[in-house]
Amino acid sequence: MRFHSFLIKYGEIGIKGKNRYMFEDALVRQIRYALKDVDGEFIVHKCHGRVYVDCEGEYDYEETVESLKKVFGLVGICPVVRKPVREIEELKKDIVAYVGEMYPEGNKTFKVEARRANKRYPMNSMEINCELGETVLDAYPEMKVDVHHPDVKLNVEIREEVYIYSEIIPGPGGMPVGTNGSAMLLLSGGIDSPVAGYMIAKRGVEIEAVYFHAPPYTSERAKEKVVDLAKLVSAYAGPIKLHIVNFTDIQLYIYEKCPHDELTIIMRRYMMRIAEHFAKKDGCLGLITGESIGQVASQTMQSLAATNAVCTLPVYRPLIGFDKKEIVEISEKIDTYETSILPYEDCCTIFVAKHPVTKPNVERIAKSELNLTEKIDELMQTAIETTEVITVAYGG
Amino acid sequence: MEVYLDNSATTMCYPEVGELVYKVMCRDYGNPSSMHRKGVQAEHYIRESKETIARLLKVNAKEIFFTSGGTESDNLALIGCARANRRNGNHLITSSIEHPAILNTMRYLEEEEGFRVTYLPVDQKGRIKLEALKEALCPETILVSIMYVNNEVGTVQPVQEAARLVRQYKPSILFHTDAVQGYGKYRIYPKRMGIDLLTASGHKIHGPKGTGFLYIDSRVKIRPIVFGGEQQKNIRSGTENVPGIAGLGLASKMIYQDLEMKNALMRELKNRFIEGISKIENTTIHGFTDEGSAPHIISVGVAGVRSEVLLHTLEDKGIYVSSGSACSSNHPSVSGVLKGIGAAREYLDATLRFSMSEFTTKEEIDYTLETLYNCIPMLRRYTRH
Repeated sequence: MRFHSFLIKYGEIGIKGKNRYMFEDALVRQIRYALKDVDGEFIVHKCHGRVYVDCEGEYDYEETVESLKKVFGLVGICPVVRKPVREIEELKKDIVAYVGEMYPEGNKTFKVEARRANKRYPMNSMEINCELGETVLDAYPEMKVDVHHPDVKLNVEIREEVYIYSEIIPGPGGMPVGTNGSAMLLLSGGIDSPVAGYMIAKRGVEIEAVYFHAPPYTSERAKEKVVDLAKLVSAYAGPIKLHIVNFTDIQLYIYEKCPHDELTIIMRRYMMRIAEHFAKKDGCLGLITGESIGQVASQTMQSLAATNAVCTLPVYRPLIGFDKKEIVEISEKIDTYETSILPYEDCCTIFVAKHPVTKPNVERIAKSELNLTEKIDELMQTAIETTEVITVAYGG
Repeated sequence: MEVYLDNSATTMCYPEVGELVYKVMCRDYGNPSSMHRKGVQAEHYIRESKETIARLLKVNAKEIFFTSGGTESDNLALIGCARANRRNGNHLITSSIEHPAILNTMRYLEEEEGFRVTYLPVDQKGRIKLEALKEALCPETILVSIMYVNNEVGTVQPVQEAARLVRQYKPSILFHTDAVQGYGKYRIYPKRMGIDLLTASGHKIHGPKGTGFLYIDSRVKIRPIVFGGEQQKNIRSGTENVPGIAGLGLASKMIYQDLEMKNALMRELKNRFIEGISKIENTTIHGFTDEGSAPHIISVGVAGVRSEVLLHTLEDKGIYVSSGSACSSNHPSVSGVLKGIGAAREYLDATLRFSMSEFTTKEEIDYTLETLYNCIPMLRRYTRH
């Protein structure tokens, strides 16, 4: 079957009152972004409180649907057959052809749902329902009408053209990216942080990211891996501004001056500080991490409190109650898993102590940090000034 | 300063080779199987390359078969011979420090095709023990495969002695050598040494990547492992990589020019490097430091500095090296070869491989040493617990 358009169903954004246009505009923008590399020419437009993707000429149906499924805010995708507005007899032929092709076994229960946006059409919705219902019954004797729980809802909308559709492909839900401000994701090379970014983006939040690399302890490949991960997340979240911070000197300085069992916690506190610096600079409204309670020593409740204590922005941890298995499932779904498990060392593991503290005391940690007073500000300043910033977006 | 000391991973293509490849690719692009003049012209490149290589090995040009490189040659030699000679027995012998192209193929033959494989142990310098080979030989043995030069530590294997031993035991047993690191460094004459099959690769000798050959003695029974248009006497189907083959031939010719002089130069630099390294405390050179090791490979253990970290530190200074073997660097597991030679624990994940080429200079070696002197003490201050 050849479809000429997709009707985009969106859920939550429909109820946002005066902000509605903003949500719809964001949705249109994200759909355009998602389709930018798909073969075909697409016109994305709003019309009577609906968003449509019209496909002009040849296009790749599978690829289009797959791409649309990555647009947050989109609840359903309905492939539409468009026909010119003609008299009812012609419309009957169209609907018979549609049903014949979509349901060749011809044994479903159905209901016709006509809508007449174009009020110049000579019949009203009820009349169209009856006429078309009868026609379908005549043409396919095994089809039965069920107005309450039909297998198939045949939508027929009379607009400048007639839109016929009956299938709804589920979308990812959520809200269109760009409708809820932005936040700074602490992106490591692991499994969790890309998933955390994905989940916050799903609620309409634009994502920026910060990655800490530590040459020569981490390699060029580890950095490339993180760029690749950001790219994969950007297929959902839109273009991501990625800050690549050279963290080596800070790390070595901490190593020299602080108790080794506190290294990871102190290091993470400085990561949070730097991430927050960039977040505030760019007007982000929060930080995002992939932490989940108790997963590793630095993610116990005490450790989380200790890293949290250095931030003034809220820290969002969408995976906080997730088991590893659940996180892996999402990362497989969003296609980041395989990249995440590439075995390049990240900067969190290079100096990890054999027995790191699992119940750090905030005061004690803060006291240990006093050992850093002499040079840390300067080192932080240098790290911030030498940070490399790139914007990554999936595809070409 | 850029110093490329990773020539056992791959080498810079000789510019002359690059030009030839380009010419064949873009001008003399015919299919050697075509009947017209363009095809004949392409065929000439193949014949010339074959003859060049045959002359260097002192074998018949008909015994050279072109492949996509060392890995394919190894696969063809092992799988092709094992299958073709199955009637004579199902036992294969190799060493425990072979390249993965041999080890994983052997493992495949063991697990999927029911062959029995003996993996010979090596001594502290990485040489196979001939006694162990003697013991392993049995009436079912059909093939023995021993590498010429070990790719990680550079140890030269007693290939001639091993081949002779095998011949004495039973002449029908086939002897294969993976000479990827030996071809272009040693003059190898298979017929005199009792080698029935020999693997070589183009990109290790300043030739193009994706090229290699397998020498197959005319007495060898072998079956193809890829099927198609029956090119190369149906031993290796597929339209020949004519540009690559031409490049491989020219690279072979060029690397063997003044070979003794080039080797002597590399040997001198190697000695200089080893001497320089010995001034750093708690370091070691794996394998032989004399003629028992290839002139271009130096495997250095630096206690207390993880190889990956040292590698990236050197990279930062423009020096490119490998940790262990480049082919396994995507799996940062401990090197099987270092374990095999019984290297001390502190060196297992703290070893770098420096590998030179005829283009390596004294200045580059000195610069590398200087850099090591500067960065090793610094790196040793920060160690993982």
